[in-house]
Amino acid sequence: MAEYQTHPYDVLVIGAGGSGLRAAIEASAGGATVGLVTKSLLGKAHTVMAEGGIAAAMGNVDERDNWKVHFSDTMRGGQYVNNWRMAELHAKEAPDCVRELEAWGSVFDRTKEGRILQRNFGGHRYPRLVHVGDRTGLEMIRTLQDHGIHQGIEVHMECTMLTLLLDDGRVAGAFGYDRERGRFLLFPAKAVVLATGGIGRAYKITSNSWEYTGDGQSLAYHAGAALIDMEFVQFHPTGMVWPPSVQGILITEAVRGEGGILKNKEGRRFMFDDIPELYRNQTADNEEEGWRYTQGDRNARRPPELLTRDHVARCIMREVKAGRGSPHKGVFLDIAWIKEKLPNAPEHIKRKLPSMYHQFKQLADIDITKEPMEVGPTTHYMMGGIKVDAESQMSTVPGLFAAGECAAGLHGANRLGGNSLSDLLVFGKRAGHHAALFAKSQGSTRVDEQLVDRTANEALVPFERSAGEGPYQIQHELQEMMQHNVGIVRVEHEMELALREIESLKQRAAKVAVYGNREFNNGWHTALDLSNLLTVSEAITRAALERKESRGGHFRDDYHDKNPEYGTFNIMVKQGPDGAMQISRVPIPELPAELKQVIEENK
Amino acid sequence: MAQATFRIWRGDSSGGKFQDYTTDVEEGMVVLDAVLKIQAEQANDLSTRWNCKCGRCGSCSAEINGNPKLMCMTRLNSLPLEKPVMVEPMRTFPPIKDLVTDVSWNFRVKKTIQKFKPRKPDFEDGTWHMVQKDVNRIQEFRKCIECFLCQDVCHVLREHKKFDEFIGPRFLVHTAALEMHPMDTADRTKDLKDKHNVGYCNITTCCRKVCPEEITITENAIIPLKERVVDEYYDPLRKLVMKIIGS
Ligand SMILES: Cc1cc2nc3c(=O)[nH]c(=O)nc-3n(C[C@H](O)[C@H](O)[C@H](O)COP(=O)(O)OP(=O)(O)OC[C@H]3O[C@@H](n4cnc5c(N)ncnc54)[C@H](O)[C@@H]3O)c2cc1C
Ligand code: SF4
Ligand code: SF4
Ligand code: FES
Repeated sequence: MAEYQTHPYDVLVIGAGGSGLRAAIEASAGGATVGLVTKSLLGKAHTVMAEGGIAAAMGNVDERDNWKVHFSDTMRGGQYVNNWRMAELHAKEAPDCVRELEAWGSVFDRTKEGRILQRNFGGHRYPRLVHVGDRTGLEMIRTLQDHGIHQGIEVHMECTMLTLLLDDGRVAGAFGYDRERGRFLLFPAKAVVLATGGIGRAYKITSNSWEYTGDGQSLAYHAGAALIDMEFVQFHPTGMVWPPSVQGILITEAVRGEGGILKNKEGRRFMFDDIPELYRNQTADNEEEGWRYTQGDRNARRPPELLTRDHVARCIMREVKAGRGSPHKGVFLDIAWIKEKLPNAPEHIKRKLPSMYHQFKQLADIDITKEPMEVGPTTHYMMGGIKVDAESQMSTVPGLFAAGECAAGLHGANRLGGNSLSDLLVFGKRAGHHAALFAKSQGSTRVDEQLVDRTANEALVPFERSAGEGPYQIQHELQEMMQHNVGIVRVEHEMELALREIESLKQRAAKVAVYGNREFNNGWHTALDLSNLLTVSEAITRAALERKESRGGHFRDDYHDKNPEYGTFNIMVKQGPDGAMQISRVPIPELPAELKQVIEENK
Repeated sequence: MAQATFRIWRGDSSGGKFQDYTTDVEEGMVVLDAVLKIQAEQANDLSTRWNCKCGRCGSCSAEINGNPKLMCMTRLNSLPLEKPVMVEPMRTFPPIKDLVTDVSWNFRVKKTIQKFKPRKPDFEDGTWHMVQKDVNRIQEFRKCIECFLCQDVCHVLREHKKFDEFIGPRFLVHTAALEMHPMDTADRTKDLKDKHNVGYCNITTCCRKVCPEEITITENAIIPLKERVVDEYYDPLRKLVMKIIGS
């Protein structure tokens, strides 16, 4: 029998980033007892790293903005395979969610009129991103954290959940361990909200931290929930490429929003060379117009640097492949050039992009007010994840909810910058609200002792294998393999190879050895995360094989074009009765006439 | 390839010792890179915290050659590599294991500070009127990434162990951010004086010097708070005394 401590709650929230905190606050406000668990310390989740801003059509800077434009932008960015109801709710509710943050103490940058300032970002027609310099995520997570700690929520820091519990098909809680001492913990709960974030650690070059091992997606999958859109991984166009130790670290899109331009080694602004049809009407056709746009000229159209991320990332790849890249296999991102336009450009850059200035100065010895940066694509965000109901965020397993990056639907094939932070607020709130309602309407659940015992035993076996392969080796090989075979440019035979590699890595992971004791043992933690990484890697690969076209974040070298037929369904991943991964196609419900019209009006 | 030696503290609450690890180093590396490389290649069970790798999350605080720093922002080329680089946990907090310390006290202290209490919204849409110059000051405080390096160097905590009486520079910054928030209506001066003991700080400025966010902790946060306490509690008294003795 496994030894463990028990903490029962009405609602258990797994993950303390923006979505988890927002869900916990709402569930608590709904009268539920709430437990909140996180792998890191409170306030350190990924949300803290977000830079550019929160997308919300408040219309403070340009009164032409409203939910309809935001909705249309989100659908266009997602290439119309989004869950349109989520996109609608998101666009309508984001402004109120931002106001709520202000009421809880957030201090956003201001307009001259004393209102919340908004900035330009890729794919957003009007200046829409609410921000604080380039540290918006910090403002958001700190506000939610500081508000949340007074709402009667019990926080369990540095605890990792290993499995969800089920009772007769309904979710019944979760089981895991505390990282500090390595003790097991059982959380019986009437409802569970997954808010565990993304999967970036499946790749070698990523802006994501050690935490992003796809735990939520994998836990949900093994509990029988459906995943969708797993083929849609966002590669952000601008990660650092040099020096090697900082490879992948993000450079916010706000650099381009503030006037930064992309150039190849010949000094050419290559983004003007390829402007997709869908965006031609909205894109500047000369450099001067692009500059005016970034400076708030309402009659100018956006520069091509602010096209959607999938497109910009591929253009960069094209330049590098054609031998026109920078010395370290990237391209140049130049913000220093604005000194030709603005009198006190260096000061302006430091004020608008303080963290970027700092980051390059300290980590790469580059002064971005004087020199261009070298940039290249980095694995950044997971559009796919747990399939949820738009209104309630409930997954296909009763009582299991999901919100934030680990849930899917809002972003379709490609997420617009800023649409994640707003996603966290809108759907975190909804998930918390509905989880509390669900918990209230349901009786208690029974704990599956057998599963608990089995999970505990499996977690401890790596200690018994004194000799054997360590976890880091396996993790690094997986990352290298996924980067190469299921990365930005995909092709069938490489993905077939990836599936075989995943199988062999699974065998190796089943024999992984760790040493030392259970107290804060990073090696052990890494070993336990492996199975999640392997599950999501397999899901990404299988879904990507199934989508024989190119759309958004998913680009196939063997099917370059978008195929309209593939625009009518999402790809779903589910565990079959035999335990094997099953792929199917779920039709996208038809857009209601009003929304069709909204899109038409905003073309 | 060049090599360097890292003398890393290994141990737990019952004690520990320094252990040397030699590893390859390359251009651009930071201390965290070296620690993670050693962890992956030589000591899988080496404990450390990190998340962002770019100075935004405040997880990777440690003492490097005796200086409190973020490991992810400390370039190897800023250190003398001809001798071992000493890497040890923050010494003010109880050790858990290796580079990981028990910082939970900080999270408990925060709860004792009166929360944000806004006045009624100014605009109909439920928002407030604030212009940039009203918020510049507290935006500086809100840059804090809660790395707790300032807490680590403050002698009131480090040497005098006043954990039950003094909230430390981080939470004085936090209190200042609340007190100077243009929307806030709560009054925290009594707590500052009696419960959180801002008076214990004797403005050595050690905290300000280590802050990776370059927050002017002492001049912009602590001194104005001290002045508030003086204004509210000592000044009227002095005035009263002056009145009685009739000056
Ligand atoms: C560098 C960077 C910049 C970004 N900039 C922007 C931006 O400007 N605008 C924007 O909209 N988006 C941005 N994004 C994306 C956005 O920040 C993330 O998508 C978002 O913060 C995810 O929030 P979340 O609540 O879903 O998860 P997170 O904030 O990642 O939180 C996940 C939580 O789940 C916990 N967890 C995970 N697994 C487990 C487990 N097994 N057991 C227990 N707990 C677990 C983690 O510990 C953590 O607390 C950026 C992302 C990065 C990396
Ligand atoms: S200035 Fe005050 S708070 Fe800062 S280290 Fe010195 S005594 Fe501590
Ligand atoms: S005030 Fe500075 S040193 Fe102190 S916790 Fe915040 S960021 Fe760290
Ligand atoms: S890892 Fe985030 S501050 Fe160092």
